[in-house]
Order: sequence, then C-alpha cells, then structure tokens
Amino acid sequence: MIWKTLKIWFHKLGSAPSFYRFARVVSPWLWFGFAVTAAYGLYLALYVVPPDYQQGDSARILYIHVPAAWQAMFIYLVMTILAIIALIWRIRLTEILAMSCAPIGAALTLVCLVTGSLWGKPMWGTWWEWDARLTSMLVLLFIYIGIMGLYAAFDDRRKGARIASVLIIAGAVNIPIIHFSVEWWNTLHQGATIKLTGESSMDPSMLPPLIWMVISTKLFFGAALLDRARNELLDQDRSKKWVARQVLETSS
Amino acid sequence: MIESRTHAAAALFRRDMKLAFRRLGESLLPLFFLFTVIVLIPLGVGPGPNLLSRMAPGMVWVAALLASLLALEHLFRPDLEDGTLEQWFVGERAVYARVMARLLSHWLVTGLPVIVFSPLAAEMLNLPRHALGTLIVSLVIGTPALSLLGGLAASLTLSTRGASVLLSILIFPLIVPLVIFATGAVSMAADSLDPGAHLGLLAAFTILSLTLAPIGIAAALRMNLE
Amino acid sequence: MSLLLETSRLEFHRYGQPVFRPLELDLQSGRAIVLTGPNGVGKTTLLRLLAGILAPVRGSLKHHGEIAFVGHLPAIKGDLTCRENLAYERHVGPPGLDMAEALARVGLAGLGSRPGRALSAGQKRRLGLARLLVRETPTWLLDEPYASLDDAGCSVVDELIGEHLDDGGGVVLATHQRHPRVDAQRLDNITLEFAPVRDAS
Repeated sequence: MIWKTLKIWFHKLGSAPSFYRFARVVSPWLWFGFAVTAAYGLYLALYVVPPDYQQGDSARILYIHVPAAWQAMFIYLVMTILAIIALIWRIRLTEILAMSCAPIGAALTLVCLVTGSLWGKPMWGTWWEWDARLTSMLVLLFIYIGIMGLYAAFDDRRKGARIASVLIIAGAVNIPIIHFSVEWWNTLHQGATIKLTGESSMDPSMLPPLIWMVISTKLFFGAALLDRARNELLDQDRSKKWVARQVLETSS
Repeated sequence: MIESRTHAAAALFRRDMKLAFRRLGESLLPLFFLFTVIVLIPLGVGPGPNLLSRMAPGMVWVAALLASLLALEHLFRPDLEDGTLEQWFVGERAVYARVMARLLSHWLVTGLPVIVFSPLAAEMLNLPRHALGTLIVSLVIGTPALSLLGGLAASLTLSTRGASVLLSILIFPLIVPLVIFATGAVSMAADSLDPGAHLGLLAAFTILSLTLAPIGIAAALRMNLE
Repeated sequence: MSLLLETSRLEFHRYGQPVFRPLELDLQSGRAIVLTGPNGVGKTTLLRLLAGILAPVRGSLKHHGEIAFVGHLPAIKGDLTCRENLAYERHVGPPGLDMAEALARVGLAGLGSRPGRALSAGQKRRLGLARLLVRETPTWLLDEPYASLDDAGCSVVDELIGEHLDDGGGVVLATHQRHPRVDAQRLDNITLEFAPVRDAS
C-alpha cells in the first residue's frame, strides 16, 4: 500500500516538465537559505566562538571540514536510496537525481580533504597525514569519481545510470567496511596524535555554529541537486516539445 | 532445473579451462607480470634486506593485485565480442551458476599460480621465513575475493569505451579492506604476532564478496548487453 | 497446437525512447513469424527481448519451453574446433542430433576438427545453424538467418525451418532479404513500426 502511493507520487513528480517547474521554483529558495545560514554560521564560527586553547584559530576550519564530511557521507546515503529506486522501478527522474548526487558528493569530499590538509599543515607539519578519517574520505572520493566516470562512459545515459546504480549499491555495502578497515589499519600503525575532532571534547560554545553550518550544507546540497537534475533533464530532453515551450516561456 | 544449471555451469567451466590451456602462454602472462613487478621493487628502493623485508608483505600483495588486474579485461570481453555472453541469458537461464563457473576458472588461471609461486616471490623480497605460511594462507583466502570484486568491476565496465582505465579506478576502492586485512596479517606474522584476527576479517570479507558480488555481476552483465 | 511464446504490450527503450510500437506476439507450435520492417525499427532488439537477453521496459513475456537464439554474432569460439563448439552447446540443453550429423546437415561435413577462426563468414553462419540441431529446442529465434549465406545455404535454412515446423516447433525470424520458402500457410507476418516520438507533457 505504502509502496504503491510512493510509486504513484514518484511517477507524478517524475514527469519531466512538472519536476522542472518544481525545481525552478524551489531551488532559489534553497540557495537563499544556504546563503543566510552559511553567513550566520560562519559569523558565529569566526567571531563568536573563542579560539581553541590548544590549536588556536586554525581549529576554526573544523566548521567547514566537519559539515562537509558529514554531508559527503549523507549524500552517499541519499544517492544509494535513489539508485535502489531507479533499479527497481526504472524511474528516469530518480536515475537523474542519483547521478546528480555524485558530483556534489565528490565536491564536498574534496572540500573535506582540502580543509583537512590545510589544517594538517600547522598541526602535523605536513599537508597530508595518513589519518584514518582523511584516508576514508580519500577512498570515498575515489568511489564518487568511479561512479561519475562509469556514468559518463555510456552513450545511452539511462543505461549508464542503471549500471552506475549497481556500483553505487556495491559502494554502499563496502563503505562501512572500508571505514572500519582503515580505522583498524590506522590504529595498528600508530595513528595521528592530534585529531581535528577529538572524541567528546567539544565545548558547548562550538555547537551552534556547527549546527548552522550543517544546516547550510544540507540546503546547499538540495539547491545544487535540483539545479543539476534540472540541467540534466533539459539536456536529455532537448529535442522534446516541452523543452521548447519552456525556453519560449522563459525568454518572453 | 537445478541439474540443468549445474550442467550449464560445468560445461562452461570445462570449455574455459580448455581455452585457457590452449593459450597457456597468454594465460600465464599475469604471473610473469607479477615477477616483473617483484624485480622492479628492489631496483627502485634498493636491495637492502631490512627495507625489503619490511615492505615484502605489502609488495607481494600489491604485485598479486596488479597481476590480477591485467587479466580482468579478458574476463568477459571476448565472450561479449563473439556472442557467447548473450547466449548465457537465452531461455532457461543459469546466469548465476555460469558467473560462478567463470570466476572459478579465472581464479584457477590467475589466482592459483600466484599462490604456487608466492614462496619464490617472498624469498626474492626477503620476507621473513616464518611469515611465509601466513602469506600463503592470506593469498588462499584473499585471491578469490580479488577475482570476485575484479569480476564486478569488469562486468560494470564491459561495454564502455576506455574500459581498462575505468576498471582500475573502480576496483581500487572496492578492494581497500582486502589489501588492509591481507597485508596486515602478513605484517603481523612477520613481526611474530598472531595474524588470526586479520585472517578472520579477511575470510569474512571474502565470504561477503562471494554472496553479493555474483548477483551484481549477473545484473551488470545483462545491463551491458543492452 | 500449443503456445510457445506469448507477449503482451512488449516495449523496449533506448536513449529513453521506445524502440518500436508496443507489441503483441503469440507464437504457436508449427508456425513461423516473419518480422519485417525498415532498418533501425528494432527487429534485432525484439528478438533479443524474446530470447530473454534484454529485459522488457514494459509489458510481459512468457516462454513455454526452451529457446534457441541465433543472432548476428555467431557465438563461436575461434580457438575451439567446430565439433568442440557444438559439444559445448550439447551439454547445455537436452541433446538433439549427433554432432557429425548436424555438421553434415548444414553442409560442413568433414570440417569437424577445423578451428572456429578458420571458418569463413558463411561457414560460421552454418555452424551457428548447426547449434540449433544439436539440442532439442521448440522455439527458434533467428536474426537474419540468410545473411552471408550462398543460395545453397539459404535453401538449407528453408529446409531446417520447414522440418522444425513439421516437428511442432515454432520460429520467429527477422529478415529483409528473403522470406522462408516453406508452406505459406504456416507463416505469419509482423511488420514492426517505429514508435511515435513520445513527448512528456
């Protein structure tokens, strides 16, 4: 029953023109929300929170690093759910959405890695330390890149999306194992002594900016996802009538 | 029904082995490649026995990996090109059984020779003698997973352009746990510690791959035939 | 007469577009369906769908009994001899003709130990037809069975189809060169049509 209603709902929103219109209306609001929450979160993070007693001001990079890492993993979860739906029901919109997730996830993973490395320079004295979390994120980046590469390697994009969906699911099974194995490997080869996020050593004052930044990355994801999916839809349907009508509408 | 599936799988296995033996030189190329990698390492890092024996657990495994990667491109592609692959899916299908048969023959041709010759490779890289047993056990447990996950990457990229590069990119993240558990076990043994936990995790990883990878492979093969 | 194959509103999509108009097709034993239609209309796609190689995007497909498919690709291993190629096929399903007999039937008598790669295109086609004979399969799906065959080869195809129909088998074949020269009463024609370009609105 619930599956049936869900399926009908997907099909309704799944019609290309109606999704296009929905995305066009919603995405500016998400961008706006992202700008506001990010600005407020960064203000709190950079001016309100006192410097870390051990790491000084460089610890502030955490407010970008951690939300980016969380969001990169969250996107993988969303992408997996979309991929499963795409494989079972062959709904084109979920295929497009799943494929649009990958570049955003890759970008945020990259942000996480770059900020981690920027932070590592003053802390560890090197740009790259084989820290368990950073290594896991690096592997995640490779998975994202693999998904994007596989999708791009097919001329028939629907076929590419379905095959890439199989890879997404394989990755989803593997990511927890990768994470565990990397932790395990790291503890055996004496891990880094200072961590960017210590276990439970968070000061209460750090929480508000972190929460705002987490919300802002979620909004960023939503906005970027809708925009990407909308563009992909336009591109795939460029010879169809609804696209022509849409173009006429927006230009007049 | 089940009987006809085993028949189909057995027929495929026999034919694969026949083909492998008919092209024995080609089938053993990955093994030669393994030894070229093994020879390159001392040439690259210097022949100091201490350094080499510290690197040996990882290097034997990395070489085995590269060798198996080399053969993956031929796992399904010739069958795609001559039309025998599409016949797997015709009528009474025994795709799962055939995938297993194909992976088994692939492992016998690429994995088993590596295991047989691993003592030689270990000796050339100065692996401590007492770690040799663990190396062999880790290869016996781990190389099937290598074939399984390699098979998954090969089936996903089957009909793509530039399949070989893509294949290497896809397989790397999938086998990270495999490399960590396997080389960890050998390193532990080399340091005279108990490798049991590592080997147990390695076995668990192989069993998980054995349950899930063939399903993914069968699905990916069919999608690639579109 | 029994039903060998039935489909209902069968559809397949490529590049997000339906390939041919949704199709109803029932194959009875003792009958042959001839698929015709312009290039690119999806005759090969339909045969691959019926064979089970492709999964239908919409509609349903039911098989009653074993299926054999001879497509554009010969499904022959170049490193194996003709006999070995056929032996593999024999192990897969219920056995039919003896291998030497099957080879003789398609005009390859005496070539049993020749490796597959040494065959000409026409001979490969013939070996592909011999694959049909070494197993007992009620339903044959043939994609352009007359392609690259000489006149004698084409008559062999006609004979094989005729005999198969007499034995209560069924055939679906795609062709645009010639129609099978068998009892016209047994033939049904289906002309595939391009699906209209669908617009989501």
